[in-house]
Amino acid sequence: MTQDAYNFAYLDEETKRMVRRAILKALAVPGYQVPFASREMPMPYGWGTGGVQVSAAVMTPEDRFKVIDQGADDTTNAVSIRKFFERTAGVATTTRTEEASVIQTRHRIPETPLREGQILVYQVPIPEPLRFLEPRESETRKMHALQEYGLMHVKLYEDISRHGHIATAYAYPVKVEGRYVMDPSPIPKFDNPKLGRSAAIQLFGAGREQRIYALPPFSAAESLDFEDHPFDPSKADHPCALCGSEDSYLDEVITDDAGGRIFVCSDTDYCETRQARGYRGKDAA
Amino acid sequence: MQAHTLEGGFAAPPREAAQAFRSLMEAMARPGTIHALAGASPPAPLSPAAGAVLLTLVDGTTPVHLAGAADCAEVRQWLAFHTGAPVVGPAEAAFALGTWEALAPLDRFALGTPEYPDRSATLIVELPHLAAEGAVLSGPGIETTAALSLPETRAFSENRRHYPLGRDFLFTCGARLAALPRSTEVR
Repeated sequence: MTQDAYNFAYLDEETKRMVRRAILKALAVPGYQVPFASREMPMPYGWGTGGVQVSAAVMTPEDRFKVIDQGADDTTNAVSIRKFFERTAGVATTTRTEEASVIQTRHRIPETPLREGQILVYQVPIPEPLRFLEPRESETRKMHALQEYGLMHVKLYEDISRHGHIATAYAYPVKVEGRYVMDPSPIPKFDNPKLGRSAAIQLFGAGREQRIYALPPFSAAESLDFEDHPFDPSKADHPCALCGSEDSYLDEVITDDAGGRIFVCSDTDYCETRQARGYRGKDAA
Repeated sequence: MQAHTLEGGFAAPPREAAQAFRSLMEAMARPGTIHALAGASPPAPLSPAAGAVLLTLVDGTTPVHLAGAADCAEVRQWLAFHTGAPVVGPAEAAFALGTWEALAPLDRFALGTPEYPDRSATLIVELPHLAAEGAVLSGPGIETTAALSLPETRAFSENRRHYPLGRDFLFTCGARLAALPRSTEVR
């Protein structure tokens, strides 16, 4: 089947209008989760159906599209979503962060700073930061309406009393523009400082949970913390074994059956670009 | 129904609606910036930009209020043919369209609820003049400050006081567009 068998970017126009209206309201109230009538997509829930619907709604034929899964362009999820839009929207694709105009991501923010004109679309499994503290949607909605976020601070405090530090390492909650507490999707907390004051538009799509939310450019997103336990965007204390980068987020990779392991950049484009520029880590080929 | 009712829509709807939405989204994400928005030729007194907003966002699920001169037979027929949107009074409207004078007073339009602040009206305001000058804007989407030729400032600072409730504004002038979400501080 050719791309002509589909409407541009797969979704029908009425669905795109509905998603687009939700995106505009999400941008008007940063951090607030706007309900939307999520559609069944030709991929299972948990594979980025929310992100795909948001990408389909914002994409134009002139865009250059990039997809990353945990920072990598070459994993199954990233490759299939990239192919999906190559086929249904006919858009150009790339793996280079700086060349992309729309970037769909699962659980990472690219290391390369984003610029004006770029859109970062997050795949979100559970959009409600209070969900594991309060399972009832009717209650969490009231808690957001009343800014009743004490429970979240109790959770972080319990981390400290049990572990001596805030042990939440990913999906670390942020407060947006001093109003809504927001789940930044399961990005490592290392990425949290990149959420706020970004020049790009950041959109979050949760397909199964039917929510869209957004961070307009240059909006404030403060990671929740305490005065005596300030937020710490930690990472593995190693340089990348391939490109030698000291300040990118690292994956630990097992290399043999004898417990051998290396730490490499999770952002494959960042790592490859550095290697192409001649940077070398200790295990570089 | 007249023949021109059937005309003036997007020539290639999926492509043009995508491009129009991108302008709309950039405008809403960066309050005060002015974007080109062409492709629609709605009947007078609607501007091409206002027509493109309707074609991009409005359909049978979104009640529209037409205020003042915008509420005429030609516009109603054009809206019905191209979008199928029901025309309603101000209180039920998801979108409202008219000049600033015709849309006043603003408290007729939905503000949203504390649990669902997204259920507020979006007002499409036709302006005779749109330029990056005048009122000073700050807030989400604006690095330091921006300027926009708003028809007045008081109504918008009043709207801001309801945050996170509030109405959101799209300003159209000819084939150009700017936006002012409820989150923007206006001085």
